[in-house]
Amino acid sequence: METGKVQGNATAKPALDITEHTDVGAYETTGTPFVDNPKMSARGVNVFYGEKQAITDVSLDIGGNEVIAMIGPSGCGKSTFLRTLNRMNDIIPICRVKGEFTLDGEDIYGASQDTVLLRARVGMVFQKPNPFPKSIYENVAYGPRIHGLAHNKAEMDEIVEDSLRRASLFNEVKDQLDKPGTGLSGGQQQRLCIARAIAVSPEVILMDEPCSALDPIATARIEELIDELKENYTIAIVTHSMQQAARVSQRTAYFHLGKLIEVGETKQVFTMPQHELTENYITGRFG
Amino acid sequence: MDKSLPSGQHTSQRYNAELEQLRSSVLSMGGLVERQCAEALEALVKGDEELARSVSGSDDAVNRYELEISAQCIDILARRQPAARDLRMVVSIIRMVANLERIGDEAAKVARMAAKLADDYHEQSYHSEPLHLGKGAQALLHNALDAFARLDVDASIDVIARDEDIDREFKSLTRILVSHMTENPERVKNMLRVNSCARAFERIGDHATNLCEEVIYLVAGSDVRHLDIEEIRERFRS
Repeated sequence: METGKVQGNATAKPALDITEHTDVGAYETTGTPFVDNPKMSARGVNVFYGEKQAITDVSLDIGGNEVIAMIGPSGCGKSTFLRTLNRMNDIIPICRVKGEFTLDGEDIYGASQDTVLLRARVGMVFQKPNPFPKSIYENVAYGPRIHGLAHNKAEMDEIVEDSLRRASLFNEVKDQLDKPGTGLSGGQQQRLCIARAIAVSPEVILMDEPCSALDPIATARIEELIDELKENYTIAIVTHSMQQAARVSQRTAYFHLGKLIEVGETKQVFTMPQHELTENYITGRFG
Repeated sequence: MDKSLPSGQHTSQRYNAELEQLRSSVLSMGGLVERQCAEALEALVKGDEELARSVSGSDDAVNRYELEISAQCIDILARRQPAARDLRMVVSIIRMVANLERIGDEAAKVARMAAKLADDYHEQSYHSEPLHLGKGAQALLHNALDAFARLDVDASIDVIARDEDIDREFKSLTRILVSHMTENPERVKNMLRVNSCARAFERIGDHATNLCEEVIYLVAGSDVRHLDIEEIRERFRS
């Protein structure tokens, strides 16, 4: 990939301006979108909101037990892509999704796929913490109950405690499990939402800007948690914070105007991106 | 794929200005060090004691540059969290200024020797033995700084290749000086001083090579330290 014929400022052509550069149709994805051990695979994905195309020909694997970060400017399609992975877009009437999606090789958009079961296997954590207006205990117990994962109170207690522990929240709330989840701090609420997602034993956790409403300390705790969770789960995270993507992920995918421009090892993307649009975005050159 | 570095501006104008300031500080420091080398060589071959003393006196200015540029780099790392090309630039500059400072030290060493040798100066003397070697090292330094200014990988590889000539020339110069010593045993002490000057120029060539390795890292993201010239050429063969 390297070439000696690299010249600097003196001879470089004008930089691509990512705010003006609207014709990305010709770009192929640079880097390594496919992995040897995919947990989820997406191929030839196109998403439309009514007439407007939000994602164009994206193919990407999410590897088992990896944290993959999706970055890009607002409107680039990263959140839309994330939401296709557990069919969250199904609830938007004007949204049409095309392409092939598999989880462990099985088609998740097949006619026989139960979306409730799919979302139990592919959980989601949102930008704004959204605990149910119920007790801390009930927030975590809700999912296991509707999926029939506990046969008695003792089993349910165990699931709740285990989930809260994995979300690094148990010690802070163990004496107030009957108090409303909405009474917790923002960072605690977000960890409660992660505990709620974990409680149904998902295989993949999708996180859509999970820290953007949190302060730096709460953010650091979530990031620490992501690091621990990747032992047992596969995580795809959308973030506006490039530093966060650099800190938590093993692979980074850069989206731009609905195209997947580049994907590669995070340390490579942040030190030596291959595509000029990626370079411009992560160095803050917006034209 | 097009690999030229983007020349676009950051959204933050102040950030642009900081990086530009950093780059121009390195070039100023480089210019000062280059002048030191030239003057140290001139003081040596002309037996100019006054010039020699002025060169060894300018070492402080080089040290100040080193401290100032390092502080600028740390400031940018702390406040801007640079990525990609900007990160590579800051990291390579941190390593470059250390090399430039050592080149300044070598020039000051030559100047100190030149001041001591000035007493024994006469036309056609052994003083000018390192002239060609010194000019060669100076040219490498000049080309290395030029490669940095133009972010030119090909020119950097060229400097690294030419450093081998400097090394060879230093070895043969040492042999010549040893034969001078045999013929003029009373001048052994001064011959050793001349040899130290030659050694200093050889080291300056090595440091110029290091600068070019940093330019290659900055431009192409490829760490070529500890590779020999053939391995470097192989890596960049398109």
